[in-house]
Amino acid sequence: MQRTLFLSGLIGLWFLLGTLKIWPSYIFPTLSGVVASVVRGIERGTLPIAVWGSIRRLLIGYSIALVSGIITGFLMAHVKLLKNTFGLLVLGFQTLPSICWLPLAILWFGLSEKAILFVVVMGAFLSIAQAAEDGIKNTPAVYLQAARNLGSSGARLYRTVILPSAMPTLATGMKLGWSFAWRSLMAGELIYSIPGLGYMLMMGRELNDMNQVVAVILVIIFLGLTTDKLVFSLLERSVRSRWGTLAR
Amino acid sequence: MDLELRGVSRDFIRPGRSVKALDDINLSIRSGEFVCLVGPSGCGKTTVLHLFAGLDKPTDGLVMADGKAITGTDPGRVLIFQDAALFPWLSVKSNVEFGLKVKKVPREKRDQLVENLLEMVHMQKFAHSWIHELSGGMKQRVALARALAVDPAVLLMDEPFGALDALTRAVLHKELQGLWLKAGNTVVFVTHNVREAVLLGDRIFVMSRAPGKILAEHRIDLPRPRQMEDPGIMELARQVLGTMER
Repeated sequence: MQRTLFLSGLIGLWFLLGTLKIWPSYIFPTLSGVVASVVRGIERGTLPIAVWGSIRRLLIGYSIALVSGIITGFLMAHVKLLKNTFGLLVLGFQTLPSICWLPLAILWFGLSEKAILFVVVMGAFLSIAQAAEDGIKNTPAVYLQAARNLGSSGARLYRTVILPSAMPTLATGMKLGWSFAWRSLMAGELIYSIPGLGYMLMMGRELNDMNQVVAVILVIIFLGLTTDKLVFSLLERSVRSRWGTLAR
Repeated sequence: MDLELRGVSRDFIRPGRSVKALDDINLSIRSGEFVCLVGPSGCGKTTVLHLFAGLDKPTDGLVMADGKAITGTDPGRVLIFQDAALFPWLSVKSNVEFGLKVKKVPREKRDQLVENLLEMVHMQKFAHSWIHELSGGMKQRVALARALAVDPAVLLMDEPFGALDALTRAVLHKELQGLWLKAGNTVVFVTHNVREAVLLGDRIFVMSRAPGKILAEHRIDLPRPRQMEDPGIMELARQVLGTMER
């Protein structure tokens, strides 16, 4: 209830400031202007294409990062050599903002979508790998003891105890990885022209169309909130309902 | 299942020092007996249980079950941990059927067994609850059901009722005695509560502070089922306390 009131108030204020024409149109986007921009984008098809372009890249990049991250995390948890060598790289590269991979990616893959995908993957991969490794390595000994005592071992022990126990940590890493991937994608699309929301954002600037800029920003925010609500809040809630406050 | 510790010592190597948890212990438990281990904290009682469970190996001596050396864990010797150690990602029902799934018991039979067990420990209404929703006493009940599901010859219990209030403990004492009288498995019960030991056990072994040695052995011949208010219990508890370290 409070939220609805606040939002309505904000929109009302926006509308008012727009009609007062205090600032020129290239600095202050009016409410009607932004709405018109969104409608135009949908009618022309430019907005759906941009949204789909970005989402597609995000989904592909994130899926690659998810699979490779979990596998890498698993390997690092068990192969000491790997942990001491590759693990060191993972630790180091975590401090590198993933967008910094773009110049490297462009040199490797040329000015193509592959370069952006690489950046998206790098954004998510490291958090997921780290979380997978942590989750697996930090399985409480007492669960392993209890399970072994009841006769579990080997692959079954892994599937029924170690992986479920790692789930809360992994879920956190997955959420973190997603937001890094989203950010690197937007940064990448801003720098390199490719059909997507980042490109549309830059176009708005180049055309001095403030309405378009704000319209795209709102779409980006909307998408971010939706995926968070749809996917990760559900994931977090399911973990919390099982684990209660025991979730690490 | 008969259990035996023969000349068992257990040292724990820590950086810079070595801690002797058990010092040349000799302990013999007959099949079907209810044996209690009492002693001060840190005297190695838990180590004894872990040795019997196969989760730990002795530094010296032999740990035996039915005359053969124990080489590892086995669902025939189940340990119930101090804080139940239930799996938080599984429901009560899934926890209890864990050992049955390992044994590849078919679903119908599994469901039936789990239902019976949950009824025995009075948790049938909570079959689909999550572990974090349970109180301490409820968790111990589920842990008991999970252990009994695999029908173990030996039940090893590590101060299972230590964290519970007196009322819950009294109820669980009654339930445990009932279950044991029906199932007839060998029970090794660790506690620092002497009256609890006298209430439940056929024999009581008193252990010393670390390095743990057996100080005394007591036979409890009171008729069963026993209650805390029974006449013999206070006197025997006093006797046992007399043989314990101050």
